[in-house]
Amino acid sequence: MSLSLDFDRVTVDEVSRHFGRRRAVSRVSFVAPRGSIIGLLGPNGAGKSTLLAMLATLLRPSGGSIRYGTLQAADAPPELRGRIGVLGHDLFLYPELTARENLAFFAGLYGRHDADDAARAALMRAGLADRGDDLVSSFSRGMRQRVALERALIHDPRLALLDEPFTGLDESSTRALVTRLQGLRESGAAIVLATHDLDVADGLLDEAIFLREGRMVDSLSRPEGLRAAYRRAMTGPSRS
Amino acid sequence: MIRVAWLILRKDLTVEVRSKEIVYTTLFFAVSCVLVFAFALVREGRGPEDGAAGILWIAVMFAGNLALGRTFERERQSETLRALLLAPASRPAVYVGKLLGILVLLFGAELLLVPLVALLFQARLLSHPFWLTAIMTTGTVGFAAVGTLFAAMLVRARSRDVLLPVLLYPITVPVIIAGVRGTATLLQPELDAGIIRFWFALLVTFDVVFVTLALWTFEAVMTD
Repeated sequence: MSLSLDFDRVTVDEVSRHFGRRRAVSRVSFVAPRGSIIGLLGPNGAGKSTLLAMLATLLRPSGGSIRYGTLQAADAPPELRGRIGVLGHDLFLYPELTARENLAFFAGLYGRHDADDAARAALMRAGLADRGDDLVSSFSRGMRQRVALERALIHDPRLALLDEPFTGLDESSTRALVTRLQGLRESGAAIVLATHDLDVADGLLDEAIFLREGRMVDSLSRPEGLRAAYRRAMTGPSRS
Repeated sequence: MIRVAWLILRKDLTVEVRSKEIVYTTLFFAVSCVLVFAFALVREGRGPEDGAAGILWIAVMFAGNLALGRTFERERQSETLRALLLAPASRPAVYVGKLLGILVLLFGAELLLVPLVALLFQARLLSHPFWLTAIMTTGTVGFAAVGTLFAAMLVRARSRDVLLPVLLYPITVPVIIAGVRGTATLLQPELDAGIIRFWFALLVTFDVVFVTLALWTFEAVMTD
């Protein structure tokens, strides 16, 4: 039996996650259709990273379900992970390897037979073609962030999960990343990003999900004026 | 699975060739251990009967524990273990890749330790190279198979440096006993083929059981 791993939406349905008695995420629901950017917004400890880890299949929900198209996360084969790209808060890069070696390693791991070519193209996109043979340990935080983003996207994922992707980036790198994310959205990928950078997220998101203490307190489609909406969501009563 | 395991092995070896951190610390520790025992136990050029076998395996165990801890500490520092687990490969392939990396390091250490122990203890370790290789290989695989699983499990535990030997040594006692007795059999003036085959068969059985259990449980223990 062949199983289609392509999906046109990711559905998060009443998802909760507990660590012992601590509730990290509680009954969160949203849909991330292809060609959209969903923002998870909230203070530290709001459950954004836990939610991303569950979407990445690294954590199992304690309750509720996550579906990739019609496929339940619990039934997903390992190949599903090949459709998901993750940029974590930690960058998932080996500092003892060069940028090129890091990218080629992960391209190979994701089954790309043209790993060297993929690494070369990723270095071009990161604007680091001339630094490709330097060790990642010699890079600034912003340069590492750019390599890490290309590592996460090196296999053209259907779903990109980005945890604080703007951290450490200067203004021009931030603009380049916004352009990259818009291009990714136009190519049909669903993007879920967690960020504190409301100014950058303003106008970029198709939907903003506001989280507080693990609960979804509000959501806005095509949000404008994110900072005011964020303030209202974080100080107002909880929706659920 | 083979492709992913090979990629991880090649990456681990590249990182180690660059840093040499694990090779230097492991060898320094193992050689120091052998030297201390040699100073304490060797009298007039001769060590206690069968003592060389025990000291060789103690050095391998301690060096292995150190190598296991450092290998996974490296994956923890940039959370790269998570990145490996996110790859669209079966998670046992990640286990096999890490296990092979540990084995290369331990076999490298043993290439130095065996002649050193043979020299310092005037032991006939090298008189049966085939059986010595067989016993050392199967014993090391059994030890590293369990160690790789535990080191991966403990990678996010706060007391991982303490917990790893506490969990690892009791579980691998059968491997160590079989390894020590098998190696001690090689030190006898006349090799008893029946006894050495018995210890070798026991080690192969442990290897099959431990590797199978580790492959079976790795996905579950690494998911949450």
